[in-house]
Amino acid sequence: MIYARRAWIVLWKDFLSERRSKETLNALFFFALLLLFLFQFALGADRERLTAALPGLLWLGFILSGLVGLGRAFLAERENDCWEGLVMMPGDKSAIYLGKVAGNLVLMVLVEAILLVLFAVFFNIDLATHLIRLTAVIGLGTIGFAAVGTLFAAMTAHVRARELLFPVLLLPVQVPVLLGAVKATEAVLRGEPLDTVAHWLGLLAAADAIYLTVGVLTFDAILEA
Amino acid sequence: MKDPQRALGWLAAIGLAAGLVVAFGIAPREATQGNVQRIMYLHVPAILVAYLAFGVVLVASTTYLWRRAAGADRLAHASAEVGVIFTAINIATGSIWGKPTWGTWWTWDARLTSVSIMFVIYLAYLLLRAMLEDREQAARFAAVLGIVAALDIPLVHFSVYWWRTLHQPPTVLRPGSIPMDATFVAALTINLAAFALLYGYFVAKRVRLLKREQEVLA
Amino acid sequence: MALDPPIQVIGLRKAFGAHVVLDDVSLEVRPGEAVALLGANGAGKTTLLRILATLLRPSRGTARVAGYDCLRETAEVRAHVGLLAHGAWVYEDLTPFENLRFWATLGGLPRSREALGGALAAVELDRVADERVRTFSLGMKRRLALARFVLARPSVLLLDEPFAGIDQRAGKWLDGHLGAFKAAGGALLMTTHSFGRGLPVADRMAVLAAGRVALDTPLGALTPDDVRRLYELHAEDGP
Repeated sequence: MIYARRAWIVLWKDFLSERRSKETLNALFFFALLLLFLFQFALGADRERLTAALPGLLWLGFILSGLVGLGRAFLAERENDCWEGLVMMPGDKSAIYLGKVAGNLVLMVLVEAILLVLFAVFFNIDLATHLIRLTAVIGLGTIGFAAVGTLFAAMTAHVRARELLFPVLLLPVQVPVLLGAVKATEAVLRGEPLDTVAHWLGLLAAADAIYLTVGVLTFDAILEA
Repeated sequence: MKDPQRALGWLAAIGLAAGLVVAFGIAPREATQGNVQRIMYLHVPAILVAYLAFGVVLVASTTYLWRRAAGADRLAHASAEVGVIFTAINIATGSIWGKPTWGTWWTWDARLTSVSIMFVIYLAYLLLRAMLEDREQAARFAAVLGIVAALDIPLVHFSVYWWRTLHQPPTVLRPGSIPMDATFVAALTINLAAFALLYGYFVAKRVRLLKREQEVLA
Repeated sequence: MALDPPIQVIGLRKAFGAHVVLDDVSLEVRPGEAVALLGANGAGKTTLLRILATLLRPSRGTARVAGYDCLRETAEVRAHVGLLAHGAWVYEDLTPFENLRFWATLGGLPRSREALGGALAAVELDRVADERVRTFSLGMKRRLALARFVLARPSVLLLDEPFAGIDQRAGKWLDGHLGAFKAAGGALLMTTHSFGRGLPVADRMAVLAAGRVALDTPLGALTPDDVRRLYELHAEDGP
């Protein structure tokens, strides 16, 4: 109960700050739109080629905007020594971690929703028929990304070259999630039932469970003096 | 402290010499691949020892977070460095083997790909260590990354395997499909033992060096 | 542990790599006492505060707060100590009320609307309780940090340059507030590098130079000019 309240207050704090400043979300929406142009320019106007590359492009969009978004996850804590405040708080720090993960998850899902809509419009995807299965796949992939991303964002928050180090740490570790999510998304967009990619979904779920568990167990060591 | 380490070094040197003799002198020429196959006596032990090294990183990292013993941190650091070197040897020899066999230096073969991802993950691990100035903080963060990285290896392995084979394979962790003649096995085992000794020697040296560094700076 | 001094530092050393900031520092603060910590930039004032607040680990020697060791008993130390850091731990896009609620919830402090409102009133921020902190002056942000202490009731306050960058009136107010804390039996250690500022509330001054306490003297009847002369005499001692 107290644990949940502590996690909730972190999420609530980030939500309020973001709603008032709109710093991250506005920029991320714009970034997502720009990515769409980039993909189009990189691959040309050939519809067929674009359709074949679509699941990969979609996740490339999620990952790139996720990198930009999560990289800023502890920016507010760097200001005004709030990080030290968190360090000095009593009790289990994993509540803070879960609150941050939840906030990052919400942020990423919002950007992903926008990207999906943009993709649907620009590349002519039939979202409605795939929506539920697509949501399941994207959800599984995003949880893993946010779980490790939050952990690594906290680790790199105080490094001078953090903009560089953060993706360098995160991307190789995220290869399984990326592969699984792309493959599963491919199947969904082809209209195949989810059991054809059950092994991929299993892998994503396992990755989520592993990452979240490690995050909860080790965050104390990151939020320490 | 000094003598067992020196002994380890000599053992490793003798093992490596014996391994070379067996690999190039005694083991027979493989029928289909020819002499190129002999690179396997370097290639396979290198990756097995790298896995051992990263396993040690996992155990040492967990121990560090639990007990906060500086020694565990130094062991993790040293083991990761040596593991990265052995992984590099594996990738390089694989590439050299691939050129005459497959006709190309590099291919997105499942095992090649997953090993190189592992390589990059542990390079990033060393990069994180290098970028954190506070030693105690570096130890903690690296320990967390060391745990994430080790648990990630099986995920990488499965995902890359499935990605390359398109469908779920019947057996996943199958060993190399080299015909296992007794001499092959013996040559491989001797080289593996030599590499393991070499790993032990390198890690012991590196741990001691790290300790000296820290004593000077303390 | 009632007999333990609120702050006790013995033979403390802190080095960052080869750079020794604190060499051999010993200092004690008694209940109801305020000590002003002076020293040139880089003399290690903030480092000492951060060690006492458990945010840095000493290289050698001991630092104790309320009898608890700052290296091994961090949880107990953190429960006793209130730290006012440079940044004052405020989130710019939250209101004072929301800021206070955030820290109270995480810190396990009273978090009812009345308790939070009362704490804000005690530092005279109740009228702006629903405005964003971003618009606040430095003095107001520091007062917001003090509101945290109204809830947490630490027995030891560590203040890093509490008087820097605020105007005369805010300084006077802070003086009064800290005086009340002291009168209630609290112990206070604050860094300062402006001589007039913060000295009215201080009972003693300690000057850090070359990694040691070069001077530790009651302020008593010393005038600001005396203090300046004493400081210049001791702070310039090079290693």
